Amino acid sequence: MKRFDYVRPISVADAIAAYEPGSAYLGGGTNLLDLMKIGVVQPQKLIDLGRLSGLDAIEMLPGGGARIGALVKNSDLAHDRAFAAAFPMVAEAILAGASGQLRNAATIGGNLMQKPRCAYFQDPHSPCNRRQPGSGCAAREGDNSNLAVLGWSEGCIATNPSDMCVPLAALGAVIEVQGPSGKRDIPIDDFHRLPGDQPEKDTALQPGELVIAIRLPAEAAGFARNARYLKVRERTSFAFALVSAAAALRLDGGKIAAARLALGAVAAKPWRVTATEDLLVGQAPTKEAFARAADLLLAGAKPSGDNGYKIELARRAVIRVLEMSAAGTPKRVPALPASPFGDVAKEHSHV
Amino acid sequence: MSEAVLTPMPMRFGSNSGQSVTRRDGIAKVTGRATYAADNRPDGMLYAVFAPATIARGRVTHLDTEAAKAHPGVVEVFTPKNRPPVVGDPDKKPFMFAIPLELLQDDTVRYAMQPIALIVGETLEAATEGARLLNPQYEVEPPRTGFDAEPARRAAAGPFGRPAEVVHGDTEAGLAEAQQKVDVTYDTPAQYHNAMEPHAIVAKWDGDKLEIDTPNQAIVLSRGFYAYYFGIPPENILIRSPYLGGGFGSKAVPYSPLLLAVAAARQMGRPLKLVLSRAQMFGPVGHRGATRQRLRIGIDGEAQMTALDHVSTAIVDSFDSSFPEPAANASQGLYNASSLHSLMMVVHNDIGVPGAMRAPGEASGSAALECAIDEMAEKAGMDPLEFRLKNYADVEPGTGKPFSSKALRECYAQGAQRFGWAGRPLAPRQMVDENGFLTGWGMGTALFGAPMFAAQARAVLRPDGTGLVETAAADMGQGAWTALAQIAADSLGLPLDKVEFRSGSSDLPDGGVAGGSGHTATAGGALHAAGTDAIRRLGELAAADPASPLFGTGNQGFVARDGRLYAARDESRSEAYADIIARAGGQEIEGKGSAARPPEDAERHAMYSHGAVFAEVKIDPLLFQMRVTRLVGAFAAGRIINPKLAESQLMGGMIWGISFALHEEARFDKRTGRIMNTDFAGYHIPVNADVRGLDVITVHEDDPYVNPLGIKGVGEIGVTGTVGAIGNAIWHATGRRIRHFPIRIEDLLSEG
Repeated sequence: MKRFDYVRPISVADAIAAYEPGSAYLGGGTNLLDLMKIGVVQPQKLIDLGRLSGLDAIEMLPGGGARIGALVKNSDLAHDRAFAAAFPMVAEAILAGASGQLRNAATIGGNLMQKPRCAYFQDPHSPCNRRQPGSGCAAREGDNSNLAVLGWSEGCIATNPSDMCVPLAALGAVIEVQGPSGKRDIPIDDFHRLPGDQPEKDTALQPGELVIAIRLPAEAAGFARNARYLKVRERTSFAFALVSAAAALRLDGGKIAAARLALGAVAAKPWRVTATEDLLVGQAPTKEAFARAADLLLAGAKPSGDNGYKIELARRAVIRVLEMSAAGTPKRVPALPASPFGDVAKEHSHV
Repeated sequence: MSEAVLTPMPMRFGSNSGQSVTRRDGIAKVTGRATYAADNRPDGMLYAVFAPATIARGRVTHLDTEAAKAHPGVVEVFTPKNRPPVVGDPDKKPFMFAIPLELLQDDTVRYAMQPIALIVGETLEAATEGARLLNPQYEVEPPRTGFDAEPARRAAAGPFGRPAEVVHGDTEAGLAEAQQKVDVTYDTPAQYHNAMEPHAIVAKWDGDKLEIDTPNQAIVLSRGFYAYYFGIPPENILIRSPYLGGGFGSKAVPYSPLLLAVAAARQMGRPLKLVLSRAQMFGPVGHRGATRQRLRIGIDGEAQMTALDHVSTAIVDSFDSSFPEPAANASQGLYNASSLHSLMMVVHNDIGVPGAMRAPGEASGSAALECAIDEMAEKAGMDPLEFRLKNYADVEPGTGKPFSSKALRECYAQGAQRFGWAGRPLAPRQMVDENGFLTGWGMGTALFGAPMFAAQARAVLRPDGTGLVETAAADMGQGAWTALAQIAADSLGLPLDKVEFRSGSSDLPDGGVAGGSGHTATAGGALHAAGTDAIRRLGELAAADPASPLFGTGNQGFVARDGRLYAARDESRSEAYADIIARAGGQEIEGKGSAARPPEDAERHAMYSHGAVFAEVKIDPLLFQMRVTRLVGAFAAGRIINPKLAESQLMGGMIWGISFALHEEARFDKRTGRIMNTDFAGYHIPVNADVRGLDVITVHEDDPYVNPLGIKGVGEIGVTGTVGAIGNAIWHATGRRIRHFPIRIEDLLSEG
């Protein structure tokens, strides 16, 4: 193992003060430590956030929003009754990700910071502009069947692997960060960056900035009755999505009063197009309306390799998740969260 | 002392076999007390890590050994310039199952993940970083990858000494005269064993004596390998292999990384450990080669097969080519076609040497065959089960040999009944469940040979009346030792808890290879013979002893039961083992036994395990996510020693079938020849949520010919039949024939 310094500050200020170029913040370690082991990232200093105080609270805010400390464990958020009741598709998405053991270790802040699962990014022996700027993109002509169909560039076709971020993006979450120059809020839509000609810059964070909390604003409330997450994948559990989709509707008198919609696993960030949501407002929740929304959401999609099937799969997933949302949030989390088989499997919970 | 009143008991052979005894190693494993090879840490131990080639073909031109050596904790860096010596020639194949090895003899790279250097450190972390710092430079040649790399050519021979081609009758004529035909090509991918426990070794030298802890499926055979490569007598080597976290054919003989570790330990003069990383399992330790299989089947007007022609092209390595995945074999021995032809072809790629992987040949071959049979049944307008029964073979097709036993009809019947096969619509895309999922039912026939190898065993009756049995058998995690102990206890006429069972160490009698689904039959046969020998000697003592109630009964033979010996025809005469031994001077009684199948037995009968697998799949009609919701397998595999363990193993095989059908696949980058999914996030196998409604039936089968105990084997057959059944169910659900595995959402979406 490459040698590195390890510090374990007890306050956010100390953590930020400990930062220097080449440092990495360590949350649950479920992604960063793996990447260190395979030599993809090699921080000179690891700043372990595990002892920071005050970042592990889930607060339900007046007005219907919520604030989630960055060190809250994925499992704890998904199983928080008040939060899951208010934001069921976030809970469902979290429970559709990874495994129980990983969710118990992984933090919410770390979930936001996940690196792409592109095989070439994860292989230090392959060219990768994201890992090594200017080296090229091995995925472009390689094994790319599960890579991006939206928002990609010639420089990078990786996707964001997070499930949780998809409903958070749909709901317009705000990321609270703190760094050497103080605190600021970053809308989630600006937090993850499309690759463009700088794939190595994957988030809007400035050097030394640290995710403090995720906030769901009051406008994100009021969708709890009709909010679902759908994840299509090659096996029933413990796999990254081929495509995923989050949809939340506010229904009023047989019409859609408000809609929130985003796609996952299709781009370097959760894919949300607010015009799609506007298109749904005032419509009856019909398959035709959903299909129009899906087409608009996927406008401009194009294969980055052998992945054209994902465009059609995403279109179908959007229609399906909107239908699922329109049908209503189930009273209990399905045995198989976010699975096409989830609501009907008469079996023990696989959560 | 009052005389016990003896109620004559029904004659039977022991009381342990046939019982679902819970595995004896279970508690040790779940409590962490089971010591796997890598758990050993002898004093002064060093850690070794091999640096893997990151190209598939070419030459290493530079290694930064200075940087590696300069890293704190790195003790030594072995490269071709200073390789640790071995005596045996790594480029030779001194034994059957030996392959050319990479022991740093030169700078050639012939496959990705090949060892190109070995780094030794005081810690695993130091050695790992040392390996990284080598930063190899190469002269790269374009790798040969995939079936199009070169024209396929005929294999020189099949694996296991089998011919590359088997011809019975004229399939071209059979096809010409056929009323209907199918001509289909199926692809199967390269798969890697990926036992939960990676390959690992701890080696400790003392002069020219060597102690090794390593998981191994053929302990005594492997001892011979180490002896050859290190130029020492086999007796100088002790291999301990008490627990294996899975083997699947990959741990039968030592591969390059393990031998390199032993060589380095000798050179360093200190004990040394090497454990492969998950990624390093994808290359130097064998795999199931990819196949492309063309099947041509013809039927006459009665739906009787006139021809079954199976040509399998296997991707093999470029330097050995000894293991073309023998998929075409699967078409021999099963269906009653009037002409049969199977042929193995090869295409060379720059990959590690393929090897035996659970159900070698039959897994891939049965996958394609059973789908092709389904296609033929469809064309004939027949129910797939009816079609198979129509072409049921009562003697081995081609050879005409009688089967030693074959309860396949009963497997079909019991499996079909349990599954509820009757009433299945003939046409596809007819069934939709209450939730709207496309539902399909498919079936496949399972077939696997019932071989025996050679094994020896020793059995001892101790003065206190308890027993000790020994054989260097391997328990790959399936519970083999429990079943073997049951056989041994029966042969000694003792309850299981009165028999000490020693195994898993090379200083014990050779237990043979745990492979080919023949271990229980072979090692069990040897244990049975040894126990019988011990009882015979005990009987001789008693019959010759005027003080024994058994005096003079020697010519009628004995029955051994619950620690007493009974006169075979007069059960009122009996004596406890301990009493017989005590009067004879208190010396323990030793029996020896061996087992192997006499060649004439193998000539006389065809010997196979059989089965029938029925699968239900449910598929989302738009998203095409798939799930196998029910899987019923009925298997006839001779005598079942431990039903619980046998059913578990059959289930494990069937789950592998799900994996083969829907998940497992090494994904090669065609430009570099490297595998890009060398971890479990990328190399998918089923998770619990993928396995539903698994149901195993073991069909009663008495086999008087296969071996004295009537045992066939259950290790591999569960994989066969299952893959085809799932492929056929997917067709039945969707109307789509996907002619490659694994079948993915993408495949169904493309035209759906």
